[in-house]
Amino acid sequence: MKLITAVIQRNKLEPVTKALAERGVGGLTVMDVQGYGSQKGRKEVFRGKTYETTFLPKTRIDVIVPAEEAEAVIDTIVAAAKTGSIGDGKVWASPLTGLVRVRTGEHGPDAI
Amino acid sequence: MAEMQELADVAWILTALTVVLLMFPGLALFYGGMSGTKNVLNMFAMVMTTLGTVTIIYVLFGHGMVVGESLGGIIGNPLDYFGMVGHEEVGVDGGFAETLDLAFFTLFACITVSIIASGAMGRMKFSAWMVFSVIWATLVYFPLGHWVFGDGWLSANVNFHDYAGGTAVHMASGFGALGLAVALGPRRNLQTRPHSLPLVLLGAGILWMGWMGFNGGTAGGANYVAQYTIMTTLFAGGTGMLGFMAFEKFRDGKATVLGMCSGIIAGLVAITPAADAVDPFGALVLGFIAGAFVAWACTWKAKLGVDESLDAFAVHGVGGIVGAMFVVFFGWATYTNDEPIRGIFFGGDISLLWGELIAIGVTCIYAFGVTWIIAKVMDKTMNIRVSNEDEEDLDFKLHGQTAYDYN
Repeated sequence: MKLITAVIQRNKLEPVTKALAERGVGGLTVMDVQGYGSQKGRKEVFRGKTYETTFLPKTRIDVIVPAEEAEAVIDTIVAAAKTGSIGDGKVWASPLTGLVRVRTGEHGPDAI
Repeated sequence: MAEMQELADVAWILTALTVVLLMFPGLALFYGGMSGTKNVLNMFAMVMTTLGTVTIIYVLFGHGMVVGESLGGIIGNPLDYFGMVGHEEVGVDGGFAETLDLAFFTLFACITVSIIASGAMGRMKFSAWMVFSVIWATLVYFPLGHWVFGDGWLSANVNFHDYAGGTAVHMASGFGALGLAVALGPRRNLQTRPHSLPLVLLGAGILWMGWMGFNGGTAGGANYVAQYTIMTTLFAGGTGMLGFMAFEKFRDGKATVLGMCSGIIAGLVAITPAADAVDPFGALVLGFIAGAFVAWACTWKAKLGVDESLDAFAVHGVGGIVGAMFVVFFGWATYTNDEPIRGIFFGGDISLLWGELIAIGVTCIYAFGVTWIIAKVMDKTMNIRVSNEDEEDLDFKLHGQTAYDYN
């Protein structure tokens, strides 16, 4: 099993969710997050005084998939989230050692 | 039964007074939007509570100190209008009542104090603000009001023009805010940007509406001057907006929405002393100049090293001076006063310049100095600044509520 985490532009949540659903991904978790990467924050000027914001708002998606599907799911997310400009975000995968479905008590890949 | 004209006058002043009341929520939203997410409620509270604190003392002795019988030109007799005792019967015939006058000028006193909240943003104890409001009105606004609106030494001896309070209201509050900010010291965190420009726009728009009643009502009735000043007030707000935005475009590369809102207020402040003393062209030009000049003046505080947080000094202090000086040089109005008004460039007498400079100098120096002394003395006796810990979470620590944290 893999946990795939994507931090993407806020307005790309809908296309990414749609693309994942079409691929048969059965569930995901979404969070509003803040952060910075190479884009850094941004500057705004108020009455001649510049204020710099350190963090930009992004959306984070967590998806759990069987290990063999991980690469394909990542490709799906990247394709749907890409605009080509700076600030598109990142997608990463990490190994997942345990998973339980709360309602049934199923363990491991069966619980995905 | 009073005459038709007087009844019309009463109706207009009643309307104007009601409109002026809008300036309080207007100013609260204008300032609150520029505040941070954790001190916006405190800003609302500072602006609105003057309608309680200052009103009480205005009813007790304020009106007497402003328009009462002059005691040597220094101050009006505080006992003259003590709770309106002895004046209630005026107006029972249906004409002008002194109660209407009292109410209208109460709002002038209150809004002047509210503007000063700019210099206290995010760091003053609420109890200290309430006490400061009352002391400041008594020691700064009432004397200045008497010198300008009443029979004080300034209006008796000095030839200057101030239609609706460019000196006693705007310069006094602008320089008062500066004095208070100097005495309080800067906020610990200066990197909090205005948290809600939508609130700022709502506030600026409501203030503009209130200003129509403020300047139009100062005419004292449903007359030529009321119609004239409503016109000039409208025009100056419009071009003030453009002046501020043009300056920003030139300086920063973009015309901002905060600049648009600030420019409206700058134009309105500048037209306040000049509303009956410029023609339509003059109002348009004055608004534009004031907007641009105030946009520049907003950057002075950084050079002075003073955290006059919401720029009452620039907008009201400097904006008021721009308006007053404009009349001196470019004034032109023929039928609004007993004598036609002519600025120096239009054949007016140079003596108006000296008179205006004296009125401006006296107002600004007196307001700044006395405000600073009041704040310093209060700080020694009751410690007017909040603790560092409270400053981080001001709304909750001072008022027990937060504006935006719902959980």
